[in-house]
Amino acid sequence: MDRPLVLSVQNVTSGYRTGGLLQKKVEQIVLHDVSFDIYHREIVALVGESGSGKSTLARTILGMVQPDKGQVIHYTKRPQMIFQDPYSSLNPAYTVGWILEEPLRIYGKYDAPERKRRVRDILDKVELPPECLAAKPAELSGGQRQRVSIAVSLIQRPKFIIADEPVSALDVTIQAQILKLLRDLRDKLDLSYLFISHDLNVVWQLCDRVLVMKDGVIVEQGPVREVFDDPQCDYTRELLEAAE
Amino acid sequence: MKHMSPYFKAGVLLTAVLLVLIIIGQFWTPYDPEAMSSAEKLQAPSAAHWMGTDNFGRDIFSRVIRGAGTTLGIALATVILSCTAGTVIGALTGYFGGRVDAILMRFNDALTAFPSILLGLVFVSVLGGGTWNVILALSIVFTPSFARVTRSAYASVRDANYIKSARLMGAGKVRILTIHILPNIMQVLLPALTIGFNNAVLAEASMSYLGIGSMGSLGYILSDAQSMLYSAPWYALCAGGTIVLMIFGVGLMGEGLQRGEGGRYA
Repeated sequence: MDRPLVLSVQNVTSGYRTGGLLQKKVEQIVLHDVSFDIYHREIVALVGESGSGKSTLARTILGMVQPDKGQVIHYTKRPQMIFQDPYSSLNPAYTVGWILEEPLRIYGKYDAPERKRRVRDILDKVELPPECLAAKPAELSGGQRQRVSIAVSLIQRPKFIIADEPVSALDVTIQAQILKLLRDLRDKLDLSYLFISHDLNVVWQLCDRVLVMKDGVIVEQGPVREVFDDPQCDYTRELLEAAE
Repeated sequence: MKHMSPYFKAGVLLTAVLLVLIIIGQFWTPYDPEAMSSAEKLQAPSAAHWMGTDNFGRDIFSRVIRGAGTTLGIALATVILSCTAGTVIGALTGYFGGRVDAILMRFNDALTAFPSILLGLVFVSVLGGGTWNVILALSIVFTPSFARVTRSAYASVRDANYIKSARLMGAGKVRILTIHILPNIMQVLLPALTIGFNNAVLAEASMSYLGIGSMGSLGYILSDAQSMLYSAPWYALCAGGTIVLMIFGVGLMGEGLQRGEGGRYA
C-alpha cells in the first residue's frame, strides 16, 4: 500500500499489575507481540470476544498504558477516542456547548468567538441542531449523545480516532445512522479509525480491514472481504458462525 | 432548583428565619445581653421578656440570639475549613489512589476511631481555649469525615469515560480534579456539608457545656442554665430549643438535597 501511515504498532507486549500496599503484586500479560499498521483514510476493525485484550490495546495506543515491550508510533497528533457508552462519556454537570468548547480551552490558543465558531462547525458536521448546545447530556437521546461524543473527539481536529464499540449501546436504526455518519466524516475529514467491535455485521458494513484478536494475540488480519469470505483461522470461523 | 423537594424548602425557610434573627441579633437585641437587673430575676417568659430572665435578671432572648450567632460562626468556620481540607485530601487520595491513599486513609481511620468530643478536648487542652482554637480543633476533628466522603466520590468518578476523555484532550490534573470532577460530586458533598454543620453545632455546644468552648455560645448558655433547671426551666428549654431548631433546619436541607438531587447524575 502506498498510502501514508497514521499508526504503527510494533511487537507490543503489555500487561497490568494488580495488588495494593499489603498485597503481592501480580502481573497479568494481556497483549502478546501485537503488530499492525493503519494507513491514511483506512477503517480497521479490531474484533474479538470480551477479555481478548481489545481495550488494553486501545489504551496502549492512546498511551494510557505503557507497553512492556515493543512500540507504538503515531504519525499524526493526538489520537482521540469515541467510547462505547454515550451515557458516561459526556460530563453530566455541564451543557453540550461547554463540553464541546472544553477541548479547545485545554489545547489551543483560540479566543472565545473562534471557539464558538468551531463548536458550531463541528455540530453541523455531526448533524445536530444548534439548540443542543444549551442542553445537558441527560436531556439528549442515546443517538444524539453519541453524536456529541463524536463531535468531542473531533473538535481538536485529530486524524486518527479509536472507536470502542461506538454503536453497540444503540438500537439498530440509530446504529445505521451513526455508522453512516462515521463513514461520511472519514470521507470529509480524511480520518482513519481503529474500530473496536464484536458485531461482525457492523464490521462488514463499515470497515476496510480487520484484525482478529484472541487472548492478546492477533490471530488473523486482512481485508474484511477476504477474511470473512475465506477465514484462515479456526477462531475467525467460530466468530463468523456465531454471527450468522 | 426547579424541582426542590419540600424537605429542602422547609429547611431553607426555617434556617432563613433563624439566620435573619441571628444577624439582627449581632447588631441589635431587645436588651443588652449582659445587663443585669436585680428587680427582674428569674422571670418566666412574658411580653417584655420573650424567653424570661435568668438569675441575674438578664434577658434570655437577647442572650440566646447573640449566643446562636457565636455558635453559628464557629460551626460555619469549622465546616468551611474541614470541608476544604477534607476535599483536598479526598480528591488526591481518591483520584490518584496508591500508596499515598493507603497511608492517609489509615491515618484517617485512626482519627475517626476516637469520639469527636474527646479529640476536641485533647486538641483544645493542647492548643489552649478561645474561639479560634475551638474552630481549629473542631476542623481537625471533622476533616476525616469529609476526606472519606470526597475520596469515595472521586474514586467512583475517576474512571468515568468523560474523565478519560478529558485526559486524552490533554487536561491537567488540577483542571480535572476541580472543573471536571468537583461539580459531579456536589450531590454527595452538599448533604455531607449539612451533616458536618450539625455535628459541628453539637460538638461546639458540648465543648462549651464542658467549659472548654467559646464564651457566650449556646452550649455555654446551656451549662449556665443547668443550675436553674428547677427555678427557671425556660432558660435551658429556650437555649436547647434554639440548638434543636438550627440543627433541624439544616438537617431538613440535607435530607431534601439527598432526596431531590441524589441519583440525578448517577
